[in-house]
Amino acid sequence: MFTATTLNRRSQRAQGVARAVFFLMTVTLVIPVLIIAGTLVVKGGPAISWEFLFSAPRDGMTAGGIFPALVGTVWLVAVALLASVPVGVAAALYLSEYAPDNLLTRTINLAIINLAGVPSIVHALFGVGAFVLFFNIGASILAASLTLAVMTLPVVIVATRESLQAVPQAFREACWNMGATRWQTIRKVVLPNSISGILTGVILEVSRTAGETAPIMFTGAAAFVAFLPNSVLDQTMAMSYHLYYIATQQTGVPEEIPFGVALVLISIVLLMNAISIGFRVYLRGLKKW
Amino acid sequence: MADGDRGEYAIETRGLNLWYGDFQALYDVDLEVKRGIITSMIGPSGCGKTTLLRTCNRIIERLGYVRTTGSVSILGHDIFADGVELVQVRKRIGMVFQRPNPLPISIRDNVLFGFRLHEARLRKVSAAEEDRILESSLRQVLLWDTVRDRLDRPATGLSLEEQQKLCIARLLPVKPEVLLMDEPCSALDPAGTEAVEELIWKLRGDYTILIVTHNMAQARRASDECVFMLLGRIIEHGRTDEVFLNPESSETADYIEGRYG
Repeated sequence: MFTATTLNRRSQRAQGVARAVFFLMTVTLVIPVLIIAGTLVVKGGPAISWEFLFSAPRDGMTAGGIFPALVGTVWLVAVALLASVPVGVAAALYLSEYAPDNLLTRTINLAIINLAGVPSIVHALFGVGAFVLFFNIGASILAASLTLAVMTLPVVIVATRESLQAVPQAFREACWNMGATRWQTIRKVVLPNSISGILTGVILEVSRTAGETAPIMFTGAAAFVAFLPNSVLDQTMAMSYHLYYIATQQTGVPEEIPFGVALVLISIVLLMNAISIGFRVYLRGLKKW
Repeated sequence: MADGDRGEYAIETRGLNLWYGDFQALYDVDLEVKRGIITSMIGPSGCGKTTLLRTCNRIIERLGYVRTTGSVSILGHDIFADGVELVQVRKRIGMVFQRPNPLPISIRDNVLFGFRLHEARLRKVSAAEEDRILESSLRQVLLWDTVRDRLDRPATGLSLEEQQKLCIARLLPVKPEVLLMDEPCSALDPAGTEAVEELIWKLRGDYTILIVTHNMAQARRASDECVFMLLGRIIEHGRTDEVFLNPESSETADYIEGRYG
């Protein structure tokens, strides 16, 4: 009495086909990642050495290492974080904890979404116009980092706001009903319970910032700087721009160097993402509700 | 309140109307809640019990689209008057929710949360004083013996009954006058309900308690006075046994007999 009818078998076949198609699509997604990583390791792997990481490029960048670019990227990311994290977290706190649901708030939200959608080259031109020329900072780490900060601000705001809103409303009500002000509520209950999500967002921002090229190419990155940056007003080399430069603007660069640079860059980004995931898992374990 | 308590009633509303946007939820509510007793509010869902309760500490305003007319006086002071500090209002009026909502911190920090917020910022509080307050608050809610060995463990690890008692305990250190309770037992099992009811009965006299309930049996056995609400109006308010035995209005009688709910 429980044997399959023709109709059952037809449904099962359709279901099998659907499953196979979806699986294939999923695999398709992984293939490029494997090819990219594989190519980079095979072609760029031989270039990697301590000397490659810790020495400056030589002979018109056809030999030597990437140390100034590494240091430059660290500077750019650090200054960009200093600028964007306080602004982004404060904005997210306002939007999540204070802002009434009105036209102004909705407009701000729309602006954030649109800011996230602006192409990075447009951010680059904005950076040149605003920071380099209008504020007269000149092409420098500061101008480049501020441009990066503006670009990644939506990421920080959205990640922070999401982790703030993951804090149960009941906690806030409990505080308010004991006579806590909104700020006391934020400080004592909301922030301690959302800090993990906020930090995860910040780490993701680091990986995004480290890899960007367009926003820094007119605002502070240089193809070659003989010295390491001393202050935020210096120009600097950067990993992403260095890669772009030696791959497209310079002749006679041995093949393994650009691949080596790409390998280091992607390793930094993947490492950051891995730290962020690990951190999230660890802190989720600590959560008490 | 700086100029002390006055008035015969703990809570007194006059001609209170309340709208959520265009929807009117309360109509001309005149309510007098006597001091030191337990007053229960019953009525079908959506009749305005919770709205009225939440108006008494002005927590309702947080929704943003709420408009009220009329007055609410707590201990003889109009809480809608100019210059009223909501923090002071909420300090004197504690609120207990349907679902226990302890904060995700230790039992000790939960009980002392409000106290630290209000008292400990004005003066230096010794650890001994905190311990004393902690113990007396937990004793008052009959929780001390259960949790005395795990005061530094997270409060969220307690059973729902214990959590609800803790939520009452943490109101006490700031010496409230009025306790508002919004169906405090509806998330609890029968044993928990009984234990929390017993506790509420024990707090009677020290605090004025206004309790919203869906459970008619609970209103009947655990309150001195009973308010019956229907469609945003107070239909009847009297001594609990009289409301249940000799309801004046036929609507009250029908509700009590379970013809609607």
